[in-house]
Amino acid sequence: MKNSEVFKRLMRFVKPYSGYLLLALVCAIIYVVMSLLCPVLIGNAVDQIIGKDQVDFASIGHTAVLLLIVIAVGAVFQWIMSMCTNTVSYKTVSDLRVNVFSKLIRVPLRFIDTTAHGNIINRVVSDVDAVSDGLLQGFTQLFTGVVTIIGTLGFMISIHPLIALVVVALTPVSMIIATLIARGTHKTFIKQSQIQGELGGHVEEMVAGQKLVKLFGHEKESEEKLGEINDRLYTWGYKAQIYPAFTNPLTRFVNGLVYAAVGIAGALAAVNGSMTVGQLSCFLSYANQYTKPFNEVTGIMAQLQTAMASARRLMELMDEPTEKECEHPKKVPDRAVIAFEDVSFQYVPERPLIEHFNLTVQPGQRIAVVGPTGCGKTTLINLLMRFYDVTEGKITLGGVDVRDMTRDDLRAHFGMVLQDTWLTQATVAENIAYGKPGATREEIIAAATAAHADGFIRRLADGYDTVLTEQGDNLSQGQKQLLCIARVMLMDPPMLILDEATSNIDTRTELNVQRAFAAMVKGRTSFVVAHRLSTIKESDVILVMRDGHVIEQGNHEELLAKGGFYKQLYESQFAHIE
Amino acid sequence: MRKLARFLKPYKLQVILGPMFKLIEAIFELIVPLVMADMIDVGVAQHDVSYIWQRGGLLVLLGVVGLASSLTCQTMASRASQGVGTDLRREVFHHINTLSWKELDRFGTPTLITRMTSDINQMQTAVAMLIRLVVRAPFLVIGAVIMAMRIDLTLSLVFLAIVPLVALVLYLVMSKSVPFFKTIQKKTDRVSLITRENLSGARVVRAFRKQEAEQERFDEACDDLARNTIHIGKLNAVLAPFSFLILNLGIVVILWFGGVRVNAGSMTQGEVVAFVNYMNQILLALVVVANLVVVFTKAAASAARINEVFDTKPSVEDGSEALVKDVAGAPRISFRNVSFNYYEGAAEALKNIDFDVTTGESVGIIGGTGSSKSTLVQLIPRLYDANKGTVLVDGVDVKDYPLWQLHQKIGMVPQGNLLFSGTIRENLQWRMPGATDEQLWAALETAQAAEFVRQLPLGLNAPVSQGGANFSGGQKQRLTIARALVGHPEILILDDSSSALDYATDAALQRAIHHMKPMPTVIIVSQRVSTVKRCDRILVMDEGEIVGDGKHDALLKDCTTYQEICYSQMSMQEAQA
Repeated sequence: MKNSEVFKRLMRFVKPYSGYLLLALVCAIIYVVMSLLCPVLIGNAVDQIIGKDQVDFASIGHTAVLLLIVIAVGAVFQWIMSMCTNTVSYKTVSDLRVNVFSKLIRVPLRFIDTTAHGNIINRVVSDVDAVSDGLLQGFTQLFTGVVTIIGTLGFMISIHPLIALVVVALTPVSMIIATLIARGTHKTFIKQSQIQGELGGHVEEMVAGQKLVKLFGHEKESEEKLGEINDRLYTWGYKAQIYPAFTNPLTRFVNGLVYAAVGIAGALAAVNGSMTVGQLSCFLSYANQYTKPFNEVTGIMAQLQTAMASARRLMELMDEPTEKECEHPKKVPDRAVIAFEDVSFQYVPERPLIEHFNLTVQPGQRIAVVGPTGCGKTTLINLLMRFYDVTEGKITLGGVDVRDMTRDDLRAHFGMVLQDTWLTQATVAENIAYGKPGATREEIIAAATAAHADGFIRRLADGYDTVLTEQGDNLSQGQKQLLCIARVMLMDPPMLILDEATSNIDTRTELNVQRAFAAMVKGRTSFVVAHRLSTIKESDVILVMRDGHVIEQGNHEELLAKGGFYKQLYESQFAHIE
Repeated sequence: MRKLARFLKPYKLQVILGPMFKLIEAIFELIVPLVMADMIDVGVAQHDVSYIWQRGGLLVLLGVVGLASSLTCQTMASRASQGVGTDLRREVFHHINTLSWKELDRFGTPTLITRMTSDINQMQTAVAMLIRLVVRAPFLVIGAVIMAMRIDLTLSLVFLAIVPLVALVLYLVMSKSVPFFKTIQKKTDRVSLITRENLSGARVVRAFRKQEAEQERFDEACDDLARNTIHIGKLNAVLAPFSFLILNLGIVVILWFGGVRVNAGSMTQGEVVAFVNYMNQILLALVVVANLVVVFTKAAASAARINEVFDTKPSVEDGSEALVKDVAGAPRISFRNVSFNYYEGAAEALKNIDFDVTTGESVGIIGGTGSSKSTLVQLIPRLYDANKGTVLVDGVDVKDYPLWQLHQKIGMVPQGNLLFSGTIRENLQWRMPGATDEQLWAALETAQAAEFVRQLPLGLNAPVSQGGANFSGGQKQRLTIARALVGHPEILILDDSSSALDYATDAALQRAIHHMKPMPTVIIVSQRVSTVKRCDRILVMDEGEIVGDGKHDALLKDCTTYQEICYSQMSMQEAQA
């Protein structure tokens, strides 16, 4: 993506607020012109103050009134300008965030599964901020800078073209110095941020694993490594800090030269009468104001570059394809046959996972999926819920290809309890009612009671109104799982997907929960992914998976009789320690 | 902030001399308008061209010396700030390394990382600012006032009125906006919280068809943040116009009364110009002061967070420097009436635990979540210290051991299966830095990991990415077990370490451990009956107490908690098989 394209797309977000932006620009022009008029007026006044008994108070008074008006107008427009740029920048930021987020909830899960979450969060938070800081404020600065340069140049030329030429000839020197330094520092900056990343990585890894570091007495090694990175960071950090630190004194030195040159030339001009002292004082302040934007320009360019890089990352995220819905979605009855017809699936092309898989599930049947970890049990859930789509073949619900239904409609048929218990930062009641926002308190309590969660919920500080912390840290793993079950109980879906759901529940309540599950499973089609063979034994069909393939299929007795992998799995539970 | 001042000590030279050089530059900056005034009053008034050139030359000279001293100051600022940052990072990291699990629990990982990185960077910026600007900006303000007073005392009264006025505006705006930074941080945290929730819970959100509701929730958080930022923006928008207004008003006053003074003959035209210049200098300096206030407010918050780390003292420290001798004939591990709670006032996680484990015995510990099984085993390598009672290893109180000697005896596999970036070899050598390949392979064999490691093209040199993300859960778990086995520990503690293993591998692992020679004393914590079933002895835990101690069959008869656990996991026949 070209920079110009990134910029153009960014401007689309600014467009709704272009009125504000335009107003800001107009205000900037008025403000800059007013602030430039001040030195002229002050110079005029100074020219009325020549010496003893040579002061024209009437003119000074006149100028002073004019000056007051100019100052007041300038201040007001400066104020309006910042209000406008503020509004534009923060509203644009808000829109950008909302837009990126709406993308996030629509991208295929593949993207979420394969992208580091910290990375995405950074885009939503820091990158958007960088765009606002850099691009919008950078541009207003750039704009006022340009207006100031043109304005001061105009005023200077109108006062004394020759001395103006001296200023124009000298200022590029500071820019050249600044660019040279910037070019030199570029490399050290890259090196510095690279080492910073390395250090951050080490700190993150070691602090996250600090408990193990303690356990294995690994402190010395870890500190030595940090020391080594830290020393390098010092060397390069120093370089990266010192060069740009030189820019400011150097450019200020050039400004000082400009000031001296204007002073000398102006004083000489005043001597031969082509300029008044007031004009000289006014010229000097113009020379000062004229050079300032040049000094700032390097800083602004750096900020703009950072902002453009952030904007590009945002655009890339916004360019991620979203999940498409079919054009004429079909409806399906609640109780329907589910069929896998010659289904093949792979996450990455070179590693086929599921190949030519066939299965028909009658309404009310219970399907158990078993196998060692990492064998691809969760893949089946991904396909059933259309978190991923099959590569070949099709999955049908009541004879309809699931791809011919809307995802929402398909998912409405399923209740799902995953092994990682996800809860949101809200009250217990709101969490249970997550799938049914309008649920009454009675319904919520009934669902919680059915999930055997009512007891512990009532013991919480605020009962059903207890607010859960981010990761639900104020609950035990088992309690969280119970809430997830209650959440599904309230939805009362025709089909269920249970992913090792009961493995974390406190043994005390586990029996009860299993009873609740048994009641819920009754009459419903269910898919259970679990380690526990005893619960699987009662299933109508057991799918035995290994390395992504369904290698055996049948009920408990059939599979045992077959003497295959399932038998091995089953018997290993009773393997004796010799 | 004051507590961290010791980090400035090694850079005393820079911290004192740096601002001095900056001061020289500032003084020269203040002299410039004076020279200009001379140029006008003497050179122009008397048409003295050579005087003009002479003064002009002085201006250039002032510029050169100013440049030299400001470059010196910048060099010193960079040295000192980078140095302080480097020292702080080293010290904070070292201090984190001394903390025990209890303190680490209290802080949590994310905040420690922030403190190590961005908080220290904030301090680094503050040190640079301290040297560069803290002296300069106020000096320019005060200096400008003094210079003005020198020129004309009466007229300088304008300065004495204007400067406090601008300072007041600054103060009012800052005091209103600084507390708002915190609010904005909170609102930003909420935006990232919702984003994070929607990434980690993408499946649930979609399964419950809640995308629209989540979008609304996010929109609200965004609006809320925008409202607050716009509010603070409005406050700050006042600052610049107000200072512009006040200072220029001052200039108008100077022009009028300057005119009066000049008319009376007690002041010159050039001096009026100088007055105006000083006024403009003050405006610039005050803007810098405002920025400084922001930087130091942030730095103070960071300093407080860093100090909090330093102020935290480790609760577990070496018992002695010297090697401790085993007591002959003592049981390998003994718990004597041990009670423990995680923090003061918390409910007791362990209550009156009392048991012995003899050398070579294998003990299974089972119980529901929250029954404190893990807590119990974590007391053995002193990851936490008991509040009451004693834990003894080989007859010696664990608190009397040098920590490294205690850890040398123990191989532990904690929950979480964490590996570190590097190679498999590096990871396996954690317990025993110089371990030979032979020793590593032996550990891998026992841990049932040799087969898949052998299949890796690079074998022991295969890269491990952070957290071991390039291995499956089961592979990671087996590698962490192997890591604990390297160097043949006398005591092996497996804390729910076979949860990711299938039954066959789990059984093979246990067989292999029992074949180790000499067989280590093994403690296995698990929720699975099948894992602990074959141990010499099983301890059944419930709410911090041992409610059963014996073999599987006996417990199945007498211990109700054990029965409940068994029947929830397997059928009647399976349990009794």
